[in-house]
Amino acid sequence: MGYGTGVDVGSTQTKAVIIDEKRQIVGRSLIDTGANVVTAAKNAYAKALSDSGLQEEQIDYIVGTGYGRYRVTFGDIQVTEISCHGRGAVHMFPDTRTVVDMGGQDTKAIRVSPTGEILDFCMNDKCAAGTGRFLGAVAAAFEIPLQDLGAMALAGERPVKIATTCTVFAETEVLSWLSRGKKLEDILLGVHRSSVSRSVGLMRRVGIEPEVTFTGGVARNVGMVTGLKDAVDLPVNVSEDSHYMGALGAALFAMDHILSSRLPAASEESA
Amino acid sequence: MNWTAGIDVGSTYTKAVILDPSDSIAGRAMAKTGFRLGEAAQKVYAMALADAGLEEEEIAYVMATGYGRFQVAFRDLQVTDLTAAARGARFLFPGTRTVLDVGGQTMKASRIDQAGQVKMFRLNDKCAAGTGAFLEKTARYMGYATEDIGPLAVTSRSAVPISGVCAVFAESEVINHLSEGASPADIMQGAIVSLVERSVQLMKRVQMEPQFTIIGGIVRFPSMANLIKDRLGADVNIAPEETVQYMNAVGASVLARRRLEQVAARDDAAGEARANA
Repeated sequence: MGYGTGVDVGSTQTKAVIIDEKRQIVGRSLIDTGANVVTAAKNAYAKALSDSGLQEEQIDYIVGTGYGRYRVTFGDIQVTEISCHGRGAVHMFPDTRTVVDMGGQDTKAIRVSPTGEILDFCMNDKCAAGTGRFLGAVAAAFEIPLQDLGAMALAGERPVKIATTCTVFAETEVLSWLSRGKKLEDILLGVHRSSVSRSVGLMRRVGIEPEVTFTGGVARNVGMVTGLKDAVDLPVNVSEDSHYMGALGAALFAMDHILSSRLPAASEESA
Repeated sequence: MNWTAGIDVGSTYTKAVILDPSDSIAGRAMAKTGFRLGEAAQKVYAMALADAGLEEEEIAYVMATGYGRFQVAFRDLQVTDLTAAARGARFLFPGTRTVLDVGGQTMKASRIDQAGQVKMFRLNDKCAAGTGAFLEKTARYMGYATEDIGPLAVTSRSAVPISGVCAVFAESEVINHLSEGASPADIMQGAIVSLVERSVQLMKRVQMEPQFTIIGGIVRFPSMANLIKDRLGADVNIAPEETVQYMNAVGASVLARRRLEQVAARDDAAGEARANA
């Protein structure tokens, strides 16, 4: 049995996924990337191995992805996160045509073909507006745990219009709305609307075709998922493993390599 | 008496200046703006009057500027920050043709003609990476306060390159540099270099011409001004410390004087016309 591994070194978190030849996930891990990217990649890999109960020798091929993919020192090759997210999303939801991936420091919109090839993509990695960091900064400003943010926003009824784009200026703006008597939930709803509208802007640039699949850490935020569904007026696929989509895509590319490198052997057998 | 006043209600501080009939600054005051802009303007105006030893009745014309200019209930008229800054810069440095104003939340560049009219301007108030907030954030990521920026940066030996694309993303960049052993001073200086680059880009977009005058909170950091000089290969005017934060209020008070003269000339003309009729 061959095993492939994908290690996705993100700006905020590092994820590793191990799959078997049936392309089933047999081990996974998620850790904070922290300051040392090389160590983060190693630790995530070790944790995924122990989660799967496999030994390092049993892993045939490793693909690194994410912004720190060249720091995956034990990786065999690197694949961009665009390809990996597209591949992972199509694997989970085969009818996916549009992928929106929202991570800690970037947002990507990807249009994929029925076979999972990347047709077009658009990304924002230059500005924190509309990325996970934007939501993180607002959560920190209000001292709300990040995992509660989305649900609190959904309790809002009259969204406050957030005027600033920059995350730094938005921190000040949201606090000033509170001091001017706006309800916390309404401010949070406004913050989510603002973040969603930036993602939808990116999606429009590649063209929105159903089905839409939402990946990345921000897909765990129920306020963002609901906001995105409303904004595009389409159902939105979200997997419980949305966080691991890039690592899963990388593991699938690793498995492609494992299986294709066996082909000559297989043809000899059949001969 | 021909006393005039300029009130600059900025996002962080409100400033007021009283100009005497011989165009000298007779009084000034400054206080935090807070959330009640109208009250801040009233308070700072009263402080400036007290500083000048004058009563409100003695002021013939009040010109308001800054983002809260429409909240100044006692104003006679208002002008934009850019117009006020151009007048303020020219008041102190008559040869000024390009003004760079870098504050906590904005960066503005303008080119002015010999008469002090703004011919072209560009501004950034959308992105913290191009404003003083970028330096504040960088300092904070390393555990320093805004007041520490100047003293810290002057001890730098060689600046660490900071991309300066986003003030939020700079955090991981700063942390990476610190973990690789870079000194906070060199990182701080790197952030200043990045902001200087942005400033020069903005000045290029207004087709800058000498003389250059730099205003705004950023001039508190000597290395910023020195780097701009190096980058432009030209000298830059910097207002003396006691007026540097008052430039727009000074400009507004000068425009108030100009307006007063126009009104008087018009009244004279009207009076003559009546007398002749």
